[in-house]
Amino acid sequence: MKQSWRLIIKLSIIIDNLDSASLVTDVTPQDSLKTRRKAAMAVLVHAEASDIAGRLRGLSLPRHDDLREPENGLVMLRGRVGGDGAPFNLGEATVSRAAVRLATGEVGFGYTLGRDGEKARLIALCDALVQSEEFAGGVEREVVAPLRAELLARQAQRAAQTAATKVDFYTMVRGEG
Amino acid sequence: MYVAVKGGERAIENAHRLLAHARRGDQGVPEISLDQISEQLGLAVDRVMSEGSLYDRELAALAIKQARGDLIEAIFLVRAFRATLPRFGASEPVDTGAMRVQRRVSSTFKDIPGGQILGPTFDYTHRLLDPGLAEGFVPDEPATAEASSVATPRVTDILGRDGLIEPSPQVEDGVPIGDLTREPLNFPADRDLRLQNLARGDEGFLLAIGYSTQRGYGRNHPFAGEIRFGEVEVEFFAEDVGFAVPLGAIELTECQMVNQFKGSATEAPCFTRGYGLAFGQSERKTMSMALVDRALRARELGEEVLAPAQDEEFVMSHSDNVQATGFVEHLKLPHYVDFQSELGLLRKLRQEFAEANDVEPMKEAAE
Repeated sequence: MKQSWRLIIKLSIIIDNLDSASLVTDVTPQDSLKTRRKAAMAVLVHAEASDIAGRLRGLSLPRHDDLREPENGLVMLRGRVGGDGAPFNLGEATVSRAAVRLATGEVGFGYTLGRDGEKARLIALCDALVQSEEFAGGVEREVVAPLRAELLARQAQRAAQTAATKVDFYTMVRGEG
Repeated sequence: MYVAVKGGERAIENAHRLLAHARRGDQGVPEISLDQISEQLGLAVDRVMSEGSLYDRELAALAIKQARGDLIEAIFLVRAFRATLPRFGASEPVDTGAMRVQRRVSSTFKDIPGGQILGPTFDYTHRLLDPGLAEGFVPDEPATAEASSVATPRVTDILGRDGLIEPSPQVEDGVPIGDLTREPLNFPADRDLRLQNLARGDEGFLLAIGYSTQRGYGRNHPFAGEIRFGEVEVEFFAEDVGFAVPLGAIELTECQMVNQFKGSATEAPCFTRGYGLAFGQSERKTMSMALVDRALRARELGEEVLAPAQDEEFVMSHSDNVQATGFVEHLKLPHYVDFQSELGLLRKLRQEFAEANDVEPMKEAAE
C-alpha cells in the first residue's frame, strides 16, 4: 500500500517534470557502475570484516592480489557552521584503505573508518568483483544484499526504539488534575 | 651556568612498574576489557574522542584504560597517537540534517516536524543513586514504536525559511579551511578555526565560560533551538577511486543556540546563532560550545568586547586541556637550576635589606 503510494508520487513528479524526468534514463554505463560500486561500499563499511569474509566464502572467487597493502591513516572530518554553512575541521578519524586487483584486471578500492586493514582489503575485493561482469551478480546476491538486509534491520530496530521516546503532548484543561 | 643532572633512571623504571601494578589494582578483581569501557562507559569514550580530536572508539577505550580513568591523560595519549599516522585527506562535510536521529529536542518550539525525541537521556531522571545497578543489573528491553517516515529538519532551517534567523555563513568552494593542527594559531581567528578549537576544547573550561555568559559576562540571551544526537554518514573523495567513497557512520551531537536579535537600518532584525558540534553523545559540551561560539562573534556582530567569553585570544589560548595540563604539570618536573638562581637572588636581596637596616642576617638552615 505504502509502496504504491510512493509510486504514485513518483509518477506525478515525472508527469510534472517530463523533461528532467526523461534525463534520468540517460545515465551512462560509467555512472551506473559508479552508483553500484558506491551502493555496495555504503553497505560493506557498516559490516564486520568477519561477516564480509564469511559471505564471500559462498562465492568461488577469481584469482586476485593486493595492489596496495592495507594501510592505516587519518581523515579530517568536516562539519558545517550552523549545519548548513561554511565547512570547518571538526576532528580526525582513523581510516584504513587497500586496493585489490583481479586476475582479469579489475581494480577495487576499500576505504573504511577504523584500523581494520583486513576489512579494507575485503571491501576492495568486493569493489573489484562489483566491476566484473562475471562476478557482479554473485557478489550482490551472496554478500551485499544479505549484509544490506542486516544493516537495515539494525537501523530499523534502533529507529523503533527511538520512536518510543517521542513526546506526545496533550493540553490539560484548566481545573483538571 | 647550566648543570646537566643525570640519575633517577632506576627510580623512574620502578615507578612505572609500580604504576602498572596500581593501574591493574587488586588482581583478584577481573580485568576490565576495552569492550566493557566502550560499551559501559560510552560517554567517557565520547569525551576522549572529542577532545582527543580522533574518532576511534577502541583507541579511546584503550587510552582510558591506560590512563586509569584520568580522561585528560587519556586525551593526551590519543593526541600523541594521532601524530603517528599519515593523513589521507579531509572528508566531505557531514550533513547533520540527514542524521539518523536518536535524540532531538527543541526548547523553542513544541511542535516541530519529526517531533521531540528524548532518546537515551539523563534528563528527567531523579539523580538518586540506584543501588540496583551495583551488581547483576539486567535492563528491560527498550520499548518500541512505529518509526515515523517524517524527516527531522534542523529547527534553524525552519526558522530560516521565514528569515527570522540569520543564515549560516557561506564560503565559495575551494576557499582554504583553517586547520590548527597544521598552522599555528593567529588572531583574529575566523569562525572555522574557532569552531575547530572549541570542538576539541576542554568540556569543563567551555562549560565554565559558557556559564559565565549566562551569568552576565557577555550575555547573549540563548535558547536551545535544537539539540540532536545520532549517526551521520561520512564520505571521502578518494583521488585513486575518482569519486566520494562512503567511509561509514559516526555519532555526533549538534547544538543550535538561537540568540537575541541583531538588525540595522538596512537589515530587518533577526535572531543570531551559536553552533556546537562534537563526536559522540556530548550534549553538555556542544551546548557550552554553542554559547561560547556565539559570545566569540561579538566583534563580527558589533557588540562591545567586555567579558572573557567574548575574547577569542583568551578563550582559544586556554581551551585546550592538553596544552593547559602540559604547562601546569610541567611545574612538578625538576626546576633545580631555575630555583637555584632565584634562591641566589633572594639571598642577595635579603643581605642588602639586612645591611640597610643594620640587622644581623639570619642563618638559614639550608646553608
